[in-house]
Amino acid sequence: MKATQRDAIFLRLAETQRERVAFTLDGQALEALVGDTVLTAVLTQGARLRVTEFSGSGRAGFCLMGACQDCWMCTESGQRLRACSTFITAGLRLLSRPGAKP
Amino acid sequence: MEKLAADVAIIGGGIVGASAALALRRMGFSVTLLERDFCGSRSSGVNYGGVRRQGRPLSQLPLAQRAHGIWGRLQELIGIDGEYIRSGHLKVARSQAELASLEVYRERSAGFGMGLEMLDAKALRARHPWLGERAIGGSLCPQDGHANPRLVSPAFARAAARLGAQVRERTRVDAMAHDGEQFVLRAASGLELRSRFLLNCAGAWASTVAQSFGEAVPMVSSHPVMAVTEPLPMFMDLSLGVEGGGIYARQAPRGNCVIGGSRGYAIDADRARPSRDAIGLVLERTVELLPALGHAHIIRSWSGTEGYLPDHEPVVGFSTTTPGLIHGFGFAGAGFQIGPAVGEVLAELVRDGASATPISAFSIARFARQDPQSGARRQDPVDALADPIAFHVPSPANST
Amino acid sequence: MSAALQPVVIGAGPAGIRAAQTLLRYGLRPVVVDEAPLFGGQIYRQPPAHFQRSKATLYGFDTARARDVHAAMRAMLSDIDYRGQTLVWNAEGGKLDLLHQEQTSTLAYSHLIVATGATDRVLPFAGWTTPGVFTLGGAQVALKYQGCAIGSRVAFLGTGPLLYLTAWQYAKAGAQVAAVLDTATFGQQLAALPALMADPELLARGLYLVAWLRAHGVALHRGVRPLQVLGESRVRALRWSQAGTEHELDCDAVGFGYGLQSETQLPDILGCRFGFNALQRAWLPECDAAGRTSVAGVYLAGDGAAILGADAAEWAGERAALALLADTGRALGPQARGATLERQLARKQRFRAGLERAFPFPAQWAAQAPDDLLVCRCEEVSAGELRRTSRENGATELNRLKALTRVGMGRCQGRVCAAAAGEILAHCSAQPVQAVGRLRGQPPIKPIPFRLTHALASQEAP
Repeated sequence: MKATQRDAIFLRLAETQRERVAFTLDGQALEALVGDTVLTAVLTQGARLRVTEFSGSGRAGFCLMGACQDCWMCTESGQRLRACSTFITAGLRLLSRPGAKP
Repeated sequence: MEKLAADVAIIGGGIVGASAALALRRMGFSVTLLERDFCGSRSSGVNYGGVRRQGRPLSQLPLAQRAHGIWGRLQELIGIDGEYIRSGHLKVARSQAELASLEVYRERSAGFGMGLEMLDAKALRARHPWLGERAIGGSLCPQDGHANPRLVSPAFARAAARLGAQVRERTRVDAMAHDGEQFVLRAASGLELRSRFLLNCAGAWASTVAQSFGEAVPMVSSHPVMAVTEPLPMFMDLSLGVEGGGIYARQAPRGNCVIGGSRGYAIDADRARPSRDAIGLVLERTVELLPALGHAHIIRSWSGTEGYLPDHEPVVGFSTTTPGLIHGFGFAGAGFQIGPAVGEVLAELVRDGASATPISAFSIARFARQDPQSGARRQDPVDALADPIAFHVPSPANST
Repeated sequence: MSAALQPVVIGAGPAGIRAAQTLLRYGLRPVVVDEAPLFGGQIYRQPPAHFQRSKATLYGFDTARARDVHAAMRAMLSDIDYRGQTLVWNAEGGKLDLLHQEQTSTLAYSHLIVATGATDRVLPFAGWTTPGVFTLGGAQVALKYQGCAIGSRVAFLGTGPLLYLTAWQYAKAGAQVAAVLDTATFGQQLAALPALMADPELLARGLYLVAWLRAHGVALHRGVRPLQVLGESRVRALRWSQAGTEHELDCDAVGFGYGLQSETQLPDILGCRFGFNALQRAWLPECDAAGRTSVAGVYLAGDGAAILGADAAEWAGERAALALLADTGRALGPQARGATLERQLARKQRFRAGLERAFPFPAQWAAQAPDDLLVCRCEEVSAGELRRTSRENGATELNRLKALTRVGMGRCQGRVCAAAAGEILAHCSAQPVQAVGRLRGQPPIKPIPFRLTHALASQEAP
């Protein structure tokens, strides 16, 4: 059986009865659920959190427990956050790389 | 026991010892270098990475100018570029007094060809908009720059080895003496080395060597603190210092900003650690000077051990007690740029008994003199305003 | 250091919670500092507010333990000084440096119980940095903490009990498990059975998981060698081999790991002496059977000291607290409890040795790692660069290799890559892995922001 062709990496299996939270990623309007981490919010919609500084390869986190430091993202205001250990908040304007603009 | 003999024995494989080994090999001398850790793993390898002449006391400028020429041929000499960039070095002033001080230095050092350029507030904002408002002007040395000490310093040792220097790492010298004819060094590893000349390039630990030959010097250790950020988009196009002290900062080609300042503490005789106060000061002062780092993070800090003599000048030159013993140490946290020139000078002292580069200001004799001021900080009026990096020997009240 | 007793427990997983509970029982008021927003650690991680799954769904076999541990902490909250969402980023001069919501403060302590837990041990394979590849622990967090599977068709690979547990949890939760690929061989697992009898209940559970997965049609393979994740911008398949035959497995996510490794950065900064533990194949802070380290007043407990699992963590937490109490002259009544705990822990050690036989560290990994394999994912340093640099520079020590290649210099400061880098260096310099040493730790133990406000030094809760 082939994997379902999906844009998102994460698949919600449970806990879907939660309030929605609107945010943006690279200017694109997206929605997550209250209690999602930024990592979950992004990966339930897409397949990448950030690109590396050196090769430009896409990354989508790794350890999910604040150890690997591979999920740091920026916001449009320049703030930096660790996606796996930060909860998504309404109106957060995320960037997949510093200076990436809509 | 392994018995070795060489024309020249060198204690210490930092940038000074290693570049001396390289220079000596190019002259055809046989060289054995003994390093108790890995070459270039101590101060030479963990320092800030500033390659600058500006700000040094005038007495050091001939050496610094000579070193500048060597840095310009770095790739040819050691086989790698070591991330060396002539980015320019900007010393910012936060007050009119500091600006005046920079102007005096510029005038006094004019004969040395550094091409210093004064920038006013308007010029700073125009050229380097990333500088915080506290910087009201500065002095730019366009050809000064920075490099990666972790790569450069070991590379000098490797280059020397490629040319035939015997480089023994993890080889601590336990006993050293002159038997009337030669130097005899014994290492913990069971090695005995005999030589005509001995170069004391043991860095912050060189006073022990000097003492072994009856030449105690009042050197103290201090521990500058460094911190590094995550890789960031390039925005700093030069290496930054602050007149009167504070932080110094550069952005490496990979994007990490390296920032130094303040002091840490020794964990033991060999290792140091950044103190929380130092880290706090570095964080605070950086944001002030580099608002662009306001959202960045420090991912690591570290410290090292530097040797300071009371006048913050090194000891370079012949021993006053033992023929054939030549010293090159005590660079007060500013040995990276001039290290390669000191190495060449030490080699010249071996070969010729003298060097064309003036080094009399650095004689170890200044500590042997029964001078009421010996051991005290020298107040040479020429140098009074040209404080090299505004590191002061730490006293309890000094929290810089 | 003040003369008054001020114990601080670092970590609010099972070890930290039982340590705090024990201290409280004997009249002390510990501070408990934990980096996560909610207590529980990893295995008993609590989901955020408004999540609805039952504890049984979340914790399976461990439901009762999870419930007990959470209840124990809850019961203590008004009697201890609990600092959640607080990172200990440094320690110096008898004080910890804390970071909480961009505010830093210091916390004086007289005694420390360090219970910082563990993360997955990772051995890279081609494509492991591709979006969609996570650790087994990460895969568990996604499910337990966020109600998500890491993909719609997930391959699990590596070795260790966590491999089967995670796959089972996913399958039970309704995720599609493409396969479970174990690098250990069936022969190795069979040979380990006698040692695994040291804990019959856990052994039975493990056998049950395997049987359940089989019965539910999940492909299980042993003696596997992972080759490559396929997919440019995300996982689309996994190449692996077994007995010389290559296979390609269609999947869109991979969870992998080779057991756990202790988080030891704080003991390092505290100056604890480290030794190489051959069983765990890791440098660990030395401690006695009760958790005392080489530094007076510093105790270790739980997986942060050595990987023994959650039950052992609870016992070790209590044991360390009892040691602290004894060392500070608190009358403890009968000494039997400490001895009992140590016996239980010794039993776990025997089981742990059995696990190591059943799920051995793939000793061939370094020899088989291709030159173009990324070892350090932060700095993007390949195995080939490590080997070339070691050869050209005669580098035989890990900190030296780091200085020359940047391996371990990234944001994670070697957490993910140090084990692998050490293996590569050992192999290419023909040394046993303990001879290459370990990476030196420095503050901050995790990234700290430049913009920090400084709270006054305080022992009161902010």
